[in-house]
Amino acid sequence: MSLRFNLILFCLLLAVLACGCDRSRENSVAIRNEGSDTMVNIAQAWAEQYNQKHEDVSVQVLGGGSGVGIASLIDGNCDMANTSRKMKPDEMKIVREKRGDEPKEFIVGYDALAIYVHKRNPLESISMEELADLYGEEGKLTKWFELGVPVGTLGTDKIIRINRQSGSGTYFYFRKAVLGKGKDMKLGSIGANGSKDAVSLVSRTPAAIGYSGMGYATDDVKILKVSRRRGEPGVAPTVANARSGAYPITRPLRIYTIGEPAGPVKEYIDWILSPEGQEIVLQLGYVPMESNE
Amino acid sequence: MSNARTAVKTSNTRRPGVAWRVVLDRAEPLIEWIIRLCGWSAIFFVFAIFFFVFWEAVPALFGGVNLIEFFTSTRWQPSSEVRPEYGILALLVGTVSVTALAMAIAVPLGLGAAVFISEFCSGKLKEILKIVIELLAAIPSIVWGFVGYMVLGPIIIWATGAAVGVNLLNGGIILALMSVPIIVSVGEDALKAVPDSYREAALSLGASRWEIVYRVLFPAAKNGLLAAVLLGVGRAIGETMAVLMCTGHAVQIPHGLLDPICTLTATIASELGESVSGGMHYSVLFMIGLVLFLITFAVNLAADLVVKGVRNEQR
Repeated sequence: MSLRFNLILFCLLLAVLACGCDRSRENSVAIRNEGSDTMVNIAQAWAEQYNQKHEDVSVQVLGGGSGVGIASLIDGNCDMANTSRKMKPDEMKIVREKRGDEPKEFIVGYDALAIYVHKRNPLESISMEELADLYGEEGKLTKWFELGVPVGTLGTDKIIRINRQSGSGTYFYFRKAVLGKGKDMKLGSIGANGSKDAVSLVSRTPAAIGYSGMGYATDDVKILKVSRRRGEPGVAPTVANARSGAYPITRPLRIYTIGEPAGPVKEYIDWILSPEGQEIVLQLGYVPMESNE
Repeated sequence: MSNARTAVKTSNTRRPGVAWRVVLDRAEPLIEWIIRLCGWSAIFFVFAIFFFVFWEAVPALFGGVNLIEFFTSTRWQPSSEVRPEYGILALLVGTVSVTALAMAIAVPLGLGAAVFISEFCSGKLKEILKIVIELLAAIPSIVWGFVGYMVLGPIIIWATGAAVGVNLLNGGIILALMSVPIIVSVGEDALKAVPDSYREAALSLGASRWEIVYRVLFPAAKNGLLAAVLLGVGRAIGETMAVLMCTGHAVQIPHGLLDPICTLTATIASELGESVSGGMHYSVLFMIGLVLFLITFAVNLAADLVVKGVRNEQR
């Protein structure tokens, strides 16, 4: 009995070892992809999907931040850097000096954050200044009537701020985009765990306002138009407005390589830009490059 | 017993049985050791976990975090670019207030149910009640979270006109419902342990049923009932998923039942994934884990000591 058990165990161990060996032998091509934390999910999804189709290519995805990705690209520690910002001029200079080649930029999608309110809320538009006044630490905006919503329409006049959990990529991006650099959010907002949770909380709370990817909209919430300044006409977060930059809380998502990519890396980037790769962008709540509609 | 039977069989016909028995005899010390190991492993794991949590908290504990600020500041701004602040007072108050509210609901409900099951009903009803209450204990906390978030939240907004449905009241009610089964089952055991002679003596003195419960059973079973309550408290403090979903997770000192709050457990659950491994925020989250560990340890120890008191009294 115990002998048989040992035998089984031994066989299992062999099988596991064999599998391990198989993997490393088959996946002879490894693409190293590093950078932006905002893009980690999307990069991971691309990598998984791509690996299912091309078993001989494995894409290793690392986060760390846009700057980390670019530094790693310069040092040759990764093949593709994901960034949620443009490469700085001095970074480009280092690339040219160290690698003797131009950095090549690919815009692979857009990240637009929609401002959500309850469907009963009569508000149509909000400005970036008002958002900063609402979410920022020094902000004074706390009542709906200050935004022109008649008292009594939402049950209570207090604005319930729905935030993302401290430290999430969306939290950082929203804080920087709305409040500017080096500012903190006001405490006491409700922390939603995940983009979907933020929207579903708004749908259950008439007096709430929250932000999340535009892909998460449901029938129970309303997306506000956003203007840069008070009084200006608001812009709706549509795919077109996000692409043109008219919607203020948008940024392109980029991938950088050194020089013109070739071989598997080029195939991979081409696939990311193909309808199949862009479908994943849309699924994860980001704005794809080409309209899929 | 089966050994004897195999021995009889093998003596006349089957040889392999003998070998089997020899193997079993040889294996006995080994099996004993395995069982012993199982027992010791529990102790090992507790210490290993404590050590792990402590180790990860060391960078924050010794340098980096001012302990006075840690316990007295209400400013929890762990991902600030300017100056990260790690004050857990609001989180502590959140945990304590939601636990207190949960107990204010669960203790009368749980002890009442325990008295009813133990003293006032019998037969089928008693069995059904016990099974249903055990079932209540088996509901996963995430399901409780859903109930609070999707059902109770809108009800609270509708009934009280609160601005937001996920708040202290919601979390307190859900936690209360989660602790009731523990309080009922431990409390019922405590009441059952009171000898019948007590009840008979009280009856013969002309006491009513209520008087028996209030004047005789409660004093006699007080340690067991206290242990039941403390175990319920432990359950409420340690609960994570349900409170994360039901309390709103807002860092502030609540001014009323309808304010959203934030607890220690929920903070760890929601922020650990995003914090940089090995960074200060990460380490401070483990420090919160350490604080929680100490609180639940104290509550469990108190419950254990009280239960021990019960046993000694009965001897």
